Amino acid sequence: MRAQRTFVKRQPQLPLPPWVRGLVITLFSISITMLGLLLVTFLIGRVMPIDPVLAVVGERASQEQYDAVFKDLGLDKPLIVQFFYYVSDVLRGDFGQSLLTARPVADDIARVFPATFELATIGILLGCILGVPLGVIAAVRRGSWIDQIARVVALVGYSMPIFWLGLMGLLLFYGILGWVGGPGRQGIFYEDMIPSVTGMILIDSALARDWGAFWDAFSHIILPASLLGYYSLAYISRMTRSFMLEQLSAEYVTTARVKGMSEWAVIWGHAFKNIRVQLITVIALSYANLLEGSVLTEIIFSWPGIGSYITTALLSADMNAVLGGTVVVGLVFICLNVFSDLLYKFFDPRSK
Amino acid sequence: MSYFRKLMATAAMGVAVGVTALPVIAETPANMLVIANRIDDITTLDPAQSFEFAGSDVLRNVYGKLVNFDPNNLDAGYQPDLAESWTVSEDGKTITFTMREGVKFHSGNPVRAEDVAFSLKRVVLLNKTPSFIITQFGFTPENVDETIVVDGNTVSITTDKRYATSFVLNCLTATIGGVVDKELVMANEVDGDMGNTWLATNSAGSGPYSLASWKPKESVTLNANADYYGGAPAMKRVIVRHVQESATQRLMLERGDIDVARDLNPSDVEGVRAAEGVEILEEMRGRLMYIAASQKHPELSKPGVRQALKYLIDYEGMQNSFLKGAYVTHQNFLPKTYLGAVDENPFSLNLDKAKALLAEAGVDGMELTIGVREAQERLEIAQSLQNTFGQAGITVNLEVGTGKQILGKYRARELDIYLGAWGPDYPDPHTNAGTFAYNPDNSDAANATGLLAWRNSWDTGGLTEKTAAAVVEGDRSKRAEMYQGIQAQFRDTSPFAVMFQKVEQAGVADNIEGLNLGGAITAVSYWTVTK
Amino acid sequence: MSSQASSLHAWLTSETPTSRRQARWAAVYKGWLSLKSNHMAMAGLAIIIALITVAALAPWLAPHDPFVQDLGNRLQPLGAEGHVLGTDSLGRDILSRLIYGARITLYIVALVALIAPIVGLLVGTISGYAGGWVDLVMMRITDIFLAFPRLVLALAFVAALGAGIENAVLAISLTAWPPYARMARAETLTIRGSDYISAIRLQGAGPLRIITKHIWPLCISSLIVRVTLDMAGIILAAAGLGFLGLGAQPPSPEWGAMISEGRRFLLDHWWVATMPGLAIFTVSLAFNLLGDGLRDVLDPKDSSS
Repeated sequence: MRAQRTFVKRQPQLPLPPWVRGLVITLFSISITMLGLLLVTFLIGRVMPIDPVLAVVGERASQEQYDAVFKDLGLDKPLIVQFFYYVSDVLRGDFGQSLLTARPVADDIARVFPATFELATIGILLGCILGVPLGVIAAVRRGSWIDQIARVVALVGYSMPIFWLGLMGLLLFYGILGWVGGPGRQGIFYEDMIPSVTGMILIDSALARDWGAFWDAFSHIILPASLLGYYSLAYISRMTRSFMLEQLSAEYVTTARVKGMSEWAVIWGHAFKNIRVQLITVIALSYANLLEGSVLTEIIFSWPGIGSYITTALLSADMNAVLGGTVVVGLVFICLNVFSDLLYKFFDPRSK
Repeated sequence: MSYFRKLMATAAMGVAVGVTALPVIAETPANMLVIANRIDDITTLDPAQSFEFAGSDVLRNVYGKLVNFDPNNLDAGYQPDLAESWTVSEDGKTITFTMREGVKFHSGNPVRAEDVAFSLKRVVLLNKTPSFIITQFGFTPENVDETIVVDGNTVSITTDKRYATSFVLNCLTATIGGVVDKELVMANEVDGDMGNTWLATNSAGSGPYSLASWKPKESVTLNANADYYGGAPAMKRVIVRHVQESATQRLMLERGDIDVARDLNPSDVEGVRAAEGVEILEEMRGRLMYIAASQKHPELSKPGVRQALKYLIDYEGMQNSFLKGAYVTHQNFLPKTYLGAVDENPFSLNLDKAKALLAEAGVDGMELTIGVREAQERLEIAQSLQNTFGQAGITVNLEVGTGKQILGKYRARELDIYLGAWGPDYPDPHTNAGTFAYNPDNSDAANATGLLAWRNSWDTGGLTEKTAAAVVEGDRSKRAEMYQGIQAQFRDTSPFAVMFQKVEQAGVADNIEGLNLGGAITAVSYWTVTK
Repeated sequence: MSSQASSLHAWLTSETPTSRRQARWAAVYKGWLSLKSNHMAMAGLAIIIALITVAALAPWLAPHDPFVQDLGNRLQPLGAEGHVLGTDSLGRDILSRLIYGARITLYIVALVALIAPIVGLLVGTISGYAGGWVDLVMMRITDIFLAFPRLVLALAFVAALGAGIENAVLAISLTAWPPYARMARAETLTIRGSDYISAIRLQGAGPLRIITKHIWPLCISSLIVRVTLDMAGIILAAAGLGFLGLGAQPPSPEWGAMISEGRRFLLDHWWVATMPGLAIFTVSLAFNLLGDGLRDVLDPKDSSS
């Protein structure tokens, strides 16, 4: 289920400077992917047996009210026309109106995406800070007790249903110990108190220099973020270990050791330096997965993120919201991909 | 190894700092009411359009109406609110309301007869889903200017025929009867929508609270209206937080982070009862749980089979196990406390009788599909039905989907059996009689998708006429009798098996006083709450 | 008996295999020996074998009918009389449901493990081998599926086809194949340029033959490792769909659906959700342990040190 990104691009020859060519090809393939993404989402929305009209009018509506909304939503037009309208609206930056929240999809996304972004970023930071050293140590001390512990920690992370762990964590750290704030992004004291600048409460409260609000938000985010961090830690530490093992068995490491270089320098100066590109790819992927929004985590922690936004919208056939959400998530994913590609080219001597 | 130790030390320090620095506040402020509730069903807060539970809860506290219910005495029925008094014409068709003086909207504008007329006309012209509550009295976009008339401090409405006055006034207590501030709303009109878009996320009322913000799937915040004509509410701010999981609501309640938890399941209710500082508030609500059998099905349309199904439901077993406290057995389409409601529950699980009825009807085993939406208590009921039906040789397949999916099939008359809930739209017996027992044209072409009887292709066997007669009967006790008769016939002949009525069990911090959830007839009231 | 076994051992470990078959079996045997020395992987394998046995013998092992309800006897605790793991909300025996649920879990795992890697292998190798426009188009399609929020894709698919275990399997496979395609393509690109493939091509082998006979076998080992490691993810994804009510339908004792049903009682009757949770955890762990071990055996990069 986790993507491996080790692909080589074959590029057609054009009479342009290489960087321009690269840029054009990258942009072209991004736009093709985006268009494909839109088309697939759009088709899904139209073939789904959930009726968007019912989402608007509800159970009691009479047939004429139903028909009026059916027309309002443009559902009487041919599919291809609907798609064309949609794409041209999106190109003008208009994602349409959400059926469920009675406001523009763009506004909704501006509200839910920062929530997910904040959570995913702290999650991935935790995952990296703990996962990378754990993986390196496990590789250096292969077979030792640290390696075994790292393996168990990671495999448990791979194997634990997140909703079970989430509820149990909430029960223990919030319900019994009272160490962390409860579900939601903020305590009620601070509800609507902090002016929204970025939509990320930690940053907004820091900007407003309201440290009480900052700690309050921190106490709410730390548990779900740790949970997500743990899941990425599991993946990152395993991959780090695997990459490191490959490097440590290479000849140059033996040579360096023979030359009397310190173990620290061998590990961090040489071996680790050589895996950072692969590692960045892995981390970028983990990050992208977290940015999709973990629906189950969001449900358990009442976190108003993009994952549950898209899911609810999908189940109510609120297609504008689904399309908007998918475009944003897809764009983030593609950008991270391009970003790690660029880093790859930048760091990897072979591709120069 | 030194680098490893350094690392662990840093990590440990990080954790320690994180943990000790977290401020944990375990009590809500004295002038603030904090509620956990599922509010993801809100799609608009325009009173002319809102038709969901959570939306009614908000709007009841934001908008004044001509007549309204007093939370301290729901049994008294509708009371004067924005209308101080009213008179009924000789022919019973025209009701004239005299406005209460000196009441102001949140904007500071006075509440005038003009605003009332605008609000009612707006409902008719916008023609949103709940508009039938008003338009069933014969108001149309063409005639509203003649039928809803302002004269100075009074507004009069004229119905197309004589209805029971209580029926008309009961309908005006529904959410759709909320009076909006004409000046403010029209100032925010876009493309001739009469402020529909703006009101979806803003408020223009005169009630005890005004809407501060609605963040979908996140929270609704209300601010007290200090100038409320009934006196400023004690709670200056009400925050309703969307919390999906019952277990989470319970944890928050027990931690003191919220004052009220409204979606506790029976298991968590038991838990909260045992906890200190919190108690359970129980109120009978209007929602019914029922199954309905399609009359297009060759076997289900046989009277004996319909009857047999009603003996194949383990009412008592369910009520005493997974539904414990949350639902009580109720086998009639009018909820308890409604005019004409009856308390007769003749059916109970009786396998022998059901088998005999089935054999008599010539049914020897069959396969049925029950459509049910993905919601835990309904799935459990469905599985219990699957179990008991199975014992009589009826194989049941469950078709589970999202609410909209199953509802779509139900409206298209495609399900064998539908398992679902029905909540009354306004506190008058006609709200349920008019859908369970009323179906003037049973043909597919009629497309009367709003009528439950039609959805199940049931021609009602004469109940349609009786229902139509009951709704125009002016005499209260006579009217009640008529509904009792309709229900008796309905119980015996209809393809509906009404099973349970909802009891809301809210977990409430024990310093909260005066919270009223609205009973079977209306929504929650926050303005009477004190701490 | 023992001389037969030892001669088999000798045949398998012979340094000078006399036939292609012997060489192939010898390689498998060598892998098995090295896997056998990995205790964790063996533990994983043992759990999986136990799971298969339990699933096969479910009717004989289960103490109760997993579907029979007893409302008067619901939410019994662990160790209750006649119900070792207690009963659920409708009074059904949890142990029996877990035992029958093993069949569903195996079914999901087997189907996804068949569909996703094979689709990925097909797309990846064809794309990698053909190159040019075919490659471009196929990789864009793969990208689209990769960039799609996974759960949305699965949800949409299940919503479109109707909830149920088969559709859940299809939906998971649909979201699971792109990484395999990427991987198979990368491997194909490396192999395609190698001397020995050129040699085979010079001998007149067609593309179909090269792909099926020479490229696929080389991709398989890394695919197997990946599938085993993904297995846990697949079980959890199915459970996640079950949690959202879109997986197996009631009264099916699918483990994810059981957690979903039991999570309402987590605070007071923790075992109802925890027992199926533990079952999922154990099986996922087993697949992960085995996958980890297999990687050490099959993946030459990792086993070198």
